[in-house]
Amino acid sequence: MAAHSTAEPQGMTNSMLGFILFLASEIMFFGGLFAAYFIARADAPAWPPALSPEQIAEGVHLEIEILLPAISTGILVISSITIQWAVWQIQKGNQSGMLWGLFISLALGLIFLAAQLFDYTQLHFLADDTIYGTTFYTLTGFHGAHVAGGALFIGVVTVRALGGQFTAENHEAVEACSMYWHFVDVVWIALFIVLYIIK
Amino acid sequence: MATVEVPQLSGYHRPAVLDWITTVDHKKLGILYLYFTLFFFAVGGVLALLVRTQLAVADNSFVGNDLYNQIFTMHASAMLFLFIIPVWAGFGNYLVPLQIGAADMAFPRINALSFWMLPPAGILMFAGFIVDGGAADGGWTAYSPLAQQTGVGMDMWIIAVIVLGMSSTIGAANFLVTMFRMRAPGMTMFRMPIFCWTMLVTALLQLLATPVLAAALVMLFIDRNYGGQFFDPNGGGNVVLWQNVFWFYSHPAVYIMILPGMGIISEILPVFSRKPLFGYKAFVFATIGIGGLGFSVWAHHMFTTGSVLLPFFGFMTFMIGVPTGVKIFNWLGTLWGGSITFPTPMLFAIGFVSMFLIGGINGTFSAAVPVDFALHDTYFVVAHIHYVLFGGSVFAVFGGIYYWFPKIWGRKLNERLGKLHFALMFVGFNVAFFPMHMLGLDGMPRRIAVYAEGAGWEALNMLSTGGAFLIAVSMIPFIIAVVWAFMRPMDQPDDPWEANTLEWATSSPPPEYNFDSLPPVRSERPLFDARQGSGEGH
Repeated sequence: MAAHSTAEPQGMTNSMLGFILFLASEIMFFGGLFAAYFIARADAPAWPPALSPEQIAEGVHLEIEILLPAISTGILVISSITIQWAVWQIQKGNQSGMLWGLFISLALGLIFLAAQLFDYTQLHFLADDTIYGTTFYTLTGFHGAHVAGGALFIGVVTVRALGGQFTAENHEAVEACSMYWHFVDVVWIALFIVLYIIK
Repeated sequence: MATVEVPQLSGYHRPAVLDWITTVDHKKLGILYLYFTLFFFAVGGVLALLVRTQLAVADNSFVGNDLYNQIFTMHASAMLFLFIIPVWAGFGNYLVPLQIGAADMAFPRINALSFWMLPPAGILMFAGFIVDGGAADGGWTAYSPLAQQTGVGMDMWIIAVIVLGMSSTIGAANFLVTMFRMRAPGMTMFRMPIFCWTMLVTALLQLLATPVLAAALVMLFIDRNYGGQFFDPNGGGNVVLWQNVFWFYSHPAVYIMILPGMGIISEILPVFSRKPLFGYKAFVFATIGIGGLGFSVWAHHMFTTGSVLLPFFGFMTFMIGVPTGVKIFNWLGTLWGGSITFPTPMLFAIGFVSMFLIGGINGTFSAAVPVDFALHDTYFVVAHIHYVLFGGSVFAVFGGIYYWFPKIWGRKLNERLGKLHFALMFVGFNVAFFPMHMLGLDGMPRRIAVYAEGAGWEALNMLSTGGAFLIAVSMIPFIIAVVWAFMRPMDQPDDPWEANTLEWATSSPPPEYNFDSLPPVRSERPLFDARQGSGEGH
């Protein structure tokens, strides 16, 4: 029997399956952080927790504004749509459509990051101001780091797209990139709901 | 013929060192994993001897309290994170592609990355001993506030464990893709060797549990370095939160540490009983069951915190004993009526079954909530973990080494030395760890550096220390056997044990590309079929 199993079976490629498994591990990482947040919040007698007189004297207060993050949420959701649009375009073999989709997604991602950094400067608490500050900066910070990683991913894919590396048949990196971006987007929507909306 | 000459494309020969450093061959990486992990087994073993020396007599001042805390913490950290968990990745790397008839892992370069993350992490963790404040000393479980109070060695420990976790996470994804996608023609999922199945479930646990540990460690790092309040009640945090996220990883992790060992002895027992494994599918489903239930029992480490639902976690812990019991019956059913022979791998496999049974029973015993309240944090728990992880995993590691040594290195380890090794280790193990049950029932707490004269613990502690040194002595025949084997030529045939699985269908050691040709796979024992069917056995 001439048997070598180097030929991949039909369907999803090895790389795509490996990438999906990687995403599963990422979901578990954020799952751990979210679980910590829920436990901390369930245990707290009041949310946001009470501040010490010293913290109040220093001008710490735990309110967060919802307007800018709501706009950021919209931006990120739109970028999810544009990157999906890029995938659909390259599936049809439309190089320039894909490029536009990637460019716009990258730009929106960077705007989101800038907005988040600006939002940090508007807050009157830090990571060491009660469990509220700690969880807020940990969750949004790790999400922001993933947005930055995702933007880098889109950047690499964009450079490869400019080099004409993707075709209607061969564009796995674009699909993987869009999956990662959707993941980052979904995590943000969950974060927005638990941090900003649920009082 | 044992060796295969691989033709070189050019006249250039890479130096051997460069070849090993740059290799992406799953077999070479597997061997690197084995060398690395056995090195840290030795390091962890020396630390264990220091612990036992300190505890040998009452009121001992061999090492001080602070150093003692570092030593037992680093003993456990080395054994768990740098030995047992990666040693299975070593066996898995070498064996899984061969057993499923593949040429390599799905992602050879990511495979190399997984390995090469280990040495920096190991060095970082142990470099704690030379920095101010010493190595991590909060115990391998790093409970807050213990883990908040120590020096920079703890931060190095945290980073090292995160890196080790990343290594095992990406390694897990690699194993899963390899087993899902790279199987030889005819090798259906239910014809995969049991070792592959246990690696598959282990990989799933690693993929889904290790990132949660990373999250926990990140939180601890933030608490220690950036004023975080996760585990600090002063700022609204919660010390039990650490225990929840930590054990959500670390309980599945105990199955990560034992399942591949069960797989190894499930390869050995049928071969030396001359029978197929009794209840192959039951074994597979029991493995999956352990993997699933493994996520629902973490809080049995936390009964005494008063913040977990005792009946639920007690019940689930009893439940997980059921699939484990199924496996004991698989192994006994395999032995039953077999033509049993007792070469060294078989001795270690039978040692595993008997010792792991004790570890399972004393574990289920402590799962009863009232019993746990009495035994929590005593030496009874130390006895339990060593019966499952030493009596279980370490016996399986050595069983696997004796069993696959002819395949990996083309030479057989000396049988007499192997039997001496097993006898010394088996006796030493029981002398070292059985008295800990009694010490625990007598109320000796774990992690204490000094106990007072007259507590009634002196005799048993001295006995236990003697056992520990006997285990150390048992390594001498093993080392002699290995050195002796390496001094001799490679003389092993493809299949010296008359085994069942595909790794024995190629030369010993296998060529870089693994197989010239594969026998047809029509059951989970393709080599048995080939020997019996066409009569052209190797």
